[in-house]
Amino acid sequence: MIPAQFDYVRPADLDEALKILTEREGEAKLLAGGYSLIPLLKLRLAQPALLVDLRDVTGLDGIVQTDDELRVGARATHRQIHEHPDVVARYPLLHDVSGGIGDPQVRNWGTIGGSCAHADPSSDWPAALLAVNARIVCRGTGGERVIAARDFFIDTFQTAIEPTEVLTEIRFGRPGRGMGTAYRKLERRAGDFATVGVAAGVILAADGGIEHAGVGVTGVADTPFAATDAEAVLKDQRPSEDLFRQAGEAAAGQSRPATDSHGPADYKRAMVAEITVRALRAATDRALA
Amino acid sequence: MTTHHITLTVNGESREADVEPRLLLVHLLRDVFLLTGTHIGCDTSNCGACTIHVNGQSAKSCTMLAVQADGAEIKTIEGMADGATLHVLQQAFWDQHGLQCGFCTPGMIMQAAWLLDQNEKPNEAEIREGISGNLCRCTGYVNIVKAIQQASGQLESGESAPVEAAETIEAAPAS
Repeated sequence: MIPAQFDYVRPADLDEALKILTEREGEAKLLAGGYSLIPLLKLRLAQPALLVDLRDVTGLDGIVQTDDELRVGARATHRQIHEHPDVVARYPLLHDVSGGIGDPQVRNWGTIGGSCAHADPSSDWPAALLAVNARIVCRGTGGERVIAARDFFIDTFQTAIEPTEVLTEIRFGRPGRGMGTAYRKLERRAGDFATVGVAAGVILAADGGIEHAGVGVTGVADTPFAATDAEAVLKDQRPSEDLFRQAGEAAAGQSRPATDSHGPADYKRAMVAEITVRALRAATDRALA
Repeated sequence: MTTHHITLTVNGESREADVEPRLLLVHLLRDVFLLTGTHIGCDTSNCGACTIHVNGQSAKSCTMLAVQADGAEIKTIEGMADGATLHVLQQAFWDQHGLQCGFCTPGMIMQAAWLLDQNEKPNEAEIREGISGNLCRCTGYVNIVKAIQQASGQLESGESAPVEAAETIEAAPAS
């Protein structure tokens, strides 16, 4: 398969990239690892007039731990994130997600920023970002905007990024005492997109009750979504298998799966419930560990 | 459309080409440089037959543009043998009968080489996970795994390894 024709530029820095995006507003697409965009170009589902390759733009692939958050550069690859010592030590949710995306070659080149900006309704990162309501930094010529994940994923392949902006960084709050997180997914074949993926975060109070719960779900709606009904079920309750089951049913109720080659819609709803239970169980076990 | 002049190193040799931006790296290798050892299988980044190394990292060359590889060090299956002496992985695939039709073999060997760069002695589960982005249409994975075990010094050539039933690959990482 051969993509349609396009022009290609490789700006030296972010300012140049932003200038190009402004001059060619609506015609240009950003290229990072390419593992989401190039398949779409080959299928001609995307036919931008111009590709702006961020390869030479420095400062976009750092992973930095500050006092209160982990700042992950948009061009950090899944593999870089998976192997980063701060991620290994403190961010099991990020470790889970980054180790299970696609296959090793995809993880060598695919990036967190590319994946989030692309916003495939079945991609893994959005579920995690939604569960912990990560902050997404977008830079335009006028400066920076910080967007909460829950305001970011709008629809299939649609996000809150303006066509003249570059997604530069994703910020995850540092997990405090009593917090546990996990990502669990069901995939039909090794390396396939998730049939259902669920990211869960819980904060347990000193009395053992769930002070706060976040649940992000992917693969079963037009866009990844926060299962707010499940979160409401969990809030201020004591964790138990029964409670997780109720939360799973609530998440399933909020899902809008389509019948496709991964299975019929009712099967997928059942799987949302089950994978939600597994993610909550794992997150709670980690909170208690 | 403008063409771009690119320079890259392929199997240790400096190469140049004028390419359209939409030219895929695998087409540059096969159709321009005539290095047809790298195969095109699915053409949708699933099968891994087109796996090569770009700056030391395994990549699916059907999912990379030639212009993205400007300045890069590329290694393909043609760069593995040393003259008439097969690379240790090639020899191991030969010894263990790690191929049937052979279509996936160049990609398998390049992915296995990357895996062994990361992990000198991977266990069976790590090998299977490591080649999970490479599909063998003949489903000959048992001998492919053995070949990688031999190449990593975990199996003598000709020695038959205990064959374990393939574990179901966990969809989610173990907690």
